[in-house]
Amino acid sequence: MNAVEDTAARKTGAETPPPALGERVRAQFPALHQQVNDRPLVYLDNAATAHKPQAVIDTVNRCYSRDYSNVHRGVHQLSERATREYEQARETVRAFINARESREVVFVRGTTEAINLVAHSWGRSHLKTGDEILITEMEHHANIVPWQLLSEQTGAVLRVAPITDRGELMLEEFERRLGERTRLVAVTHVSNALGTINPVRRITDMAHARGAKVLVDGAQSVPHMPVDVQSLDCDFYAFSGHKLYGPTGIGALYGKAGLLEAMPPYQGGGEMIRQVTFQKSTFAPTPQKFEAGTPHIVGAVGMAAAIDYLNGIGMDAIARYDRELLDYAMAALQDIPKLRVIGEAPDKAGILSLAFDDIHPHDLGTILDHEGVAIRTGHHCCMPLMERYCVPATARASLAFYNTRADIDALVAALHKAREMFGP
Amino acid sequence: MSDLRDLYQEVIFDHNRHPRNFGKLEGYNRKAEGFNPLCGDKLVLYLKVNDDDVIEDVRFEGRGCAISTASASLMTEALKGRTVAEAETMFKGFHGLIMDEKVADAAPELGKLQVLEGVKAYPSRVKCATLAWHTLEAALEESDESVVTTE
Repeated sequence: MNAVEDTAARKTGAETPPPALGERVRAQFPALHQQVNDRPLVYLDNAATAHKPQAVIDTVNRCYSRDYSNVHRGVHQLSERATREYEQARETVRAFINARESREVVFVRGTTEAINLVAHSWGRSHLKTGDEILITEMEHHANIVPWQLLSEQTGAVLRVAPITDRGELMLEEFERRLGERTRLVAVTHVSNALGTINPVRRITDMAHARGAKVLVDGAQSVPHMPVDVQSLDCDFYAFSGHKLYGPTGIGALYGKAGLLEAMPPYQGGGEMIRQVTFQKSTFAPTPQKFEAGTPHIVGAVGMAAAIDYLNGIGMDAIARYDRELLDYAMAALQDIPKLRVIGEAPDKAGILSLAFDDIHPHDLGTILDHEGVAIRTGHHCCMPLMERYCVPATARASLAFYNTRADIDALVAALHKAREMFGP
Repeated sequence: MSDLRDLYQEVIFDHNRHPRNFGKLEGYNRKAEGFNPLCGDKLVLYLKVNDDDVIEDVRFEGRGCAISTASASLMTEALKGRTVAEAETMFKGFHGLIMDEKVADAAPELGKLQVLEGVKAYPSRVKCATLAWHTLEAALEESDESVVTTE
């Protein structure tokens, strides 16, 4: 609001609307307040990784400065403190996704490791030649390649369910590909390239009716919306801390207790054993069975601090604001000549894949960066999806709840500038 | 801050919109494919090299950003009539130009290729400008393997 309007508002006694969520929280994210290329940073690369609130930075700092030691081993004070915090972090993650028990939460490096853990441990012990794994056309490479490797090792077959031009999963086609031999469905909750929110509950119902297990890639969903693994009824759910405003190098795999208990270990080493002799070792119960070696203790505590911070705002409020900002952006982008938005599913999170036929995303990325607007350009680790839409790459703007309408306005202005440079 | 126009000069826009020597070359005897997995850019380069090691003709196909398309187009113009040895020296000179490195003695005449000098202020775009040249290298080595720029 400018000064004139401000005065007018006061004179008439009109109430000014409360500041939007993004405006209220921005101050708590120090990295957002800097200049790039002599312009204020507009950070719209949140699907790649998100910035951290001061609360997370302070927690990580406090852990290393004071409450740090190895976990589960020492009888001394610091080890007890660190162990308590690490296990409290597991409980925080459990509550965040509404898992039944905290032993259903395994700490991993991130979504990629979570999926590889399932492929390695559950996959190798459950799949045989001719069994099938069903994925979708919109999967990230991290939810394609581990299954390809597993298929090569076991003789299983990888099948792919197609999507519509708008970027929605074709549910009938998906169901048609669910067969007698389908052992696993691996599907993303929110597409990192399209923003599409998949109907996971319907997918799990269909899969379970055929006796198949379901793994959900939750990397892009947990930052945007509330997630309840019990109501989704998925068997595995994977996500990363760094996209959730927490540290890098930490993430979580949720698995139903019965499944995790029956699975063989993923890596061997310390922490994951019960007893070791040179003849044979017995293993710790889950989740320790899957956490060989010293874990990323401070990462887990930092991720829990991010979750505490998000709970303070409320994931419902975050999801509502994400939708509001997305609608504002979708409307504003319509004014830009020749711009195509790839991914127009009605049920969509704040991810915008943009393409001009005559401006390569890489050129767009450079021009936007010059205006201080950080977006991601490339195939977003979705090469098959790019092929589906006949583009080599897209320019992706992805929203976080600390973004504002002013950020969208800056994006739109920068896109207009690119359009001008490359001619009408 | 560098001016965006130092990178996107008019010549680059011109070659991006109207790439020279674009399309398959009939009767080629060297060919290589360039691929940049980071941005998905693909490029096929065809050469006709005669018995005296002179590049008689050169053409390219593919799609890429303005920098990579203009660079490929300008490269094909610069290469025609040059010997293989001259082409290699030219690549060294070009590489030095955009990496902002001093090229030891006898810097070759780069002519129009110098419009790409602005790339040196954008390290993440160097691979766009060199894709065509790395593909050339592979074609001259008579290797049929796809080349990938990894800089």
